Amino acid sequence: MFEAIAFYLFAFLTITMFFITVMSKHALYSMTALAAGMIFISAFFFMLGADFLGAVQIIVYTGAVMALYAFGMMFFDSTRELKEKNTPSLLVFGLGGMAALLTVIIVAAPIVSSNITAAYPIVEGVGNTQAVGMVLFTKYLIPFEVAAVMLLVAMIAGIVLAGKKMDVSLTLVEDDVIPQPEKEKEKAAS
Amino acid sequence: MMEIGLNHYLVLSTILFAIGLLGVMRRRNLLMLFFATEILLNSVNIAFAAISHFYGDLSGQMFAFFVIAIAASEVAVGLGLLVVWFKRSGSIDLETLKSMRG
Repeated sequence: MFEAIAFYLFAFLTITMFFITVMSKHALYSMTALAAGMIFISAFFFMLGADFLGAVQIIVYTGAVMALYAFGMMFFDSTRELKEKNTPSLLVFGLGGMAALLTVIIVAAPIVSSNITAAYPIVEGVGNTQAVGMVLFTKYLIPFEVAAVMLLVAMIAGIVLAGKKMDVSLTLVEDDVIPQPEKEKEKAAS
Repeated sequence: MMEIGLNHYLVLSTILFAIGLLGVMRRRNLLMLFFATEILLNSVNIAFAAISHFYGDLSGQMFAFFVIAIAASEVAVGLGLLVVWFKRSGSIDLETLKSMRG
């Protein structure tokens, strides 16, 4: 009973927030709605008994990823409305729904046809965090290490890409010293 | 009241995935495209966690963790590239990326 109420409430909230994210013309509204939707999604994880995953969802997505987006949006002019040339939305919506349905059928067909058994059953008597740790550091140790290396590579790539000319403070130099994007484009074209 | 089963979560995941796909096809701004990609990854995470719960198998949660790690690194590299492109061209519109007109 309560699970059903919580499910429908959070499903409605999540769908609404993500719909705002997709449809809004302001980048700031879009980002805020996305952050709210991420938090609502963690409620599903808590309902499903995946407590650790829910905590990671809140920490990583709304803590790290959305903060990164918020800092990234300081580079872009995000206050004005986005002018976008849109294709006919009914066709796009129909194609989107059909593509999603096809994806689900492709992925779900082998699951439906065979009765699956748990490869790594949930251990009785321990909490979710302990059970996750026991599986993650035994069966999935190598993917875990590879993911750690991948995150390191991503961090170095982000620093190298975004951190060029970071030793020059753009707020302290005079206005005419700051290179304008149009001038750089002309320089690159010539 | 209805019992919430696996199908409820899978239908919800499908709806969110459709919203994300709609965003990917509709948006022309590269930052908005990144937002739509996050929606796609999150909807898949719901399906993974639901299957993990209803079949008593922890593999689904493991894959959800790796999806989150991939999303985090994708954002780091993607935003770095986006900042470089904005410094170079002054716009993050998708139309400005069409340099090769074949």
